Amino acid sequence: MKKVASRAYVWLIYLFLYLPILVLIVFSFNDSKSTAKFTGFTLHWYTDLFRDRDLLMAMLHTLEIALLASIIATVLGTAAAIGIRSMGKAGRSVMMNLTYLPVVNPEIVTGVSLMLLFVFLGGLLGFQQGFGTVLIAHVTFCTPYVILNVLPKLRQMDISQYEAAQDLGCSPGKAFFKAVIPQILPGITSGALMAFTFSLDDFMITYFTNGAGFETLPTMIFSMVRRRVSPKINALSTLIFVIVLLMLILINIKDIRREKRERKQEKRAV
Amino acid sequence: MSDKIIIDLKNIVVSYDGERVLDRINLSIRDKEFVTLLGPSGCGKTTTLRIIGGFVSADEGEIYFDGKKINDLPAHKRKVNTVFQRYALFPHLNVFDNVAFGLKLQKLPKNEIQQAVRKMLEIVNLKGFERRKVNQLSGGQQQRVAIARALVNRPKVLLLDEPLGALDLKLRKEMQLELMNIQKQLGITFIYVTHDQEEALTMSDTVVVMKDGEIQQIGSPQDIYNEPTNAFVADFIGENNIFDGVMLEDYKVQIHGHVFDCVDKGFMKNQPVDVVIRPEDIRIVKPEESPLVGVVESVIFKGVHYESTVKCEGFSWLIHSTQCAPVGSKIGIAFGPEDIHIMNKLVPFSTNRVEGVVTEENTVEFLGVTMVRPNLGLSVDTPVMLTIDPKDIEIVSEDISDLTVYLESMVWKGAYNEMVIWTHDRQMILHSQNDEQVATDIGIKFHTENILIEPLSQGKEA
Repeated sequence: MKKVASRAYVWLIYLFLYLPILVLIVFSFNDSKSTAKFTGFTLHWYTDLFRDRDLLMAMLHTLEIALLASIIATVLGTAAAIGIRSMGKAGRSVMMNLTYLPVVNPEIVTGVSLMLLFVFLGGLLGFQQGFGTVLIAHVTFCTPYVILNVLPKLRQMDISQYEAAQDLGCSPGKAFFKAVIPQILPGITSGALMAFTFSLDDFMITYFTNGAGFETLPTMIFSMVRRRVSPKINALSTLIFVIVLLMLILINIKDIRREKRERKQEKRAV
Repeated sequence: MSDKIIIDLKNIVVSYDGERVLDRINLSIRDKEFVTLLGPSGCGKTTTLRIIGGFVSADEGEIYFDGKKINDLPAHKRKVNTVFQRYALFPHLNVFDNVAFGLKLQKLPKNEIQQAVRKMLEIVNLKGFERRKVNQLSGGQQQRVAIARALVNRPKVLLLDEPLGALDLKLRKEMQLELMNIQKQLGITFIYVTHDQEEALTMSDTVVVMKDGEIQQIGSPQDIYNEPTNAFVADFIGENNIFDGVMLEDYKVQIHGHVFDCVDKGFMKNQPVDVVIRPEDIRIVKPEESPLVGVVESVIFKGVHYESTVKCEGFSWLIHSTQCAPVGSKIGIAFGPEDIHIMNKLVPFSTNRVEGVVTEENTVEFLGVTMVRPNLGLSVDTPVMLTIDPKDIEIVSEDISDLTVYLESMVWKGAYNEMVIWTHDRQMILHSQNDEQVATDIGIKFHTENILIEPLSQGKEA
């Protein structure tokens, strides 16, 4: 009895979590524009979606920004983490607080302040807000996540491994790539993935820094919904959800495979 | 071992944050020699090793390798390899790839690398471990991988930084023998850092004893053991009886108020000295046969001999002898003139003399410390000389101390530890029952009521 109750409780929680998405998926195939009644199955909204040039453009922008921002943030964040690691105690704690600040700072404050900065600098140097400013803004808020992911890995690492690589004939630069990078790589990839996903679904900061005419998916959807909820959005959201789901499954499969392979190797070694 | 000098350090000075960790180190190391740098933590032995490895650069002085100056040669271009303290293996590579790391960088052909690695793993007794991950190995095995990884590159000099520190005693003894064999077998110069004197004496051709960034003595293990240059070396190298003494005249030394014949000369009349008497040189005799009579406090059976502690006139004597007297019995302590080793004190004074000044009525300031002395009877601004007995300086926690000082060395003198300390500009000594970590800062407090104050008249300085 107790077992049944606890299992029911778990299912209830999952239902609560996933029901909204389920409704969204179901209604993306709804024949009518109604959000209350399911009148029949159609792929109409999906074909519509792929005919909407603005929406596709926004999707492209989103991916471009997310990709570039995460790459730049990863490079900057990793370098910063290494710098922080080699600092003295006082300097390190100051830098750590400076790193945490953008993470805990409300997004709206970051957004507004970035907008003010860009407007001010734009007037001074003569540029418009658009792709560039959004990219800079995204790099700004993504970098701390990379730092926070890389630092623990650096802390786990024995600094003499870097010296050992040099001792065995690596130049300092080569030693970094041969001894340090392989060990902090898990931190770098998780930081990069985090940066990518945060950039992908950022609305607030993009909204304040994109100026006129440059739309990413979140800002685009927001402005569309403001006018009228179109089932196209349902279709789009469903697609995004499916892509994310696929990515998750892919990563899991890769992990399982790697574990199996390692176990096999161990057996052979023993 | 040949007579060719492979590494030559000349007047090496290294400072961190304004503190000198190496103070004019001069050291010549011969080809194929097994040299051990021995000393307590903070003595600069690891820094010396890192200078040779190229991980620390010297502020002053020159390093020569095979006759060529290598001060500016970066670590990766030096023909030395290092075995690091915590092994520093690459956890993302397996045993084979760890060992092959250096050879792959040299772009050697694959089959050559494979052969060399195989052979080296055989030498360190790790045959068949090629595919293992390094973090699945035990400490001893990891240590062997680290040694193989360094040796496979055929360095001219191998640097080992306390490589056996993390291993248990039995394994450490085994590895000591193995390392000695490997060194002889491959004919490579080993420079070995340790704080374990037994390890140093067992393994080395030459032992370099260091203290506080300075070399105290360089010599064969026998030299170091039999003829230590000062009380620090004598204390560090083994269990010893070290006492304060006074050299009355040539061949006459006074220990604890008794006068003994000895074989040393050339000291000043009444010069304070350190006296070392080895525990194995002392005989247990009947009380009436020796001026030194003590009570046996403890006896431990050590296999070959008994280790007895005897309390005599407040001082503990350590005796290693095949004879033993029961605990609580009275015995005489006897030794011959040749068993007494006389050496200069670590500092050329046995009490502290410090200048001060009278700042107010009955108040004296010295070393930034103010003390009140009722009925002083000296006028303000009189310069004074203070005599502070070593036992009137107490070690206390830093927050209630008069002064924070740097502890340079500590030697047990039978009844107290004699500590040499540095205030910001002067050396002092103190006697304490505490054991403290050398090369660190400690707080001290003066028993001001016992300090002797004399007015400093002109020309009567120090």
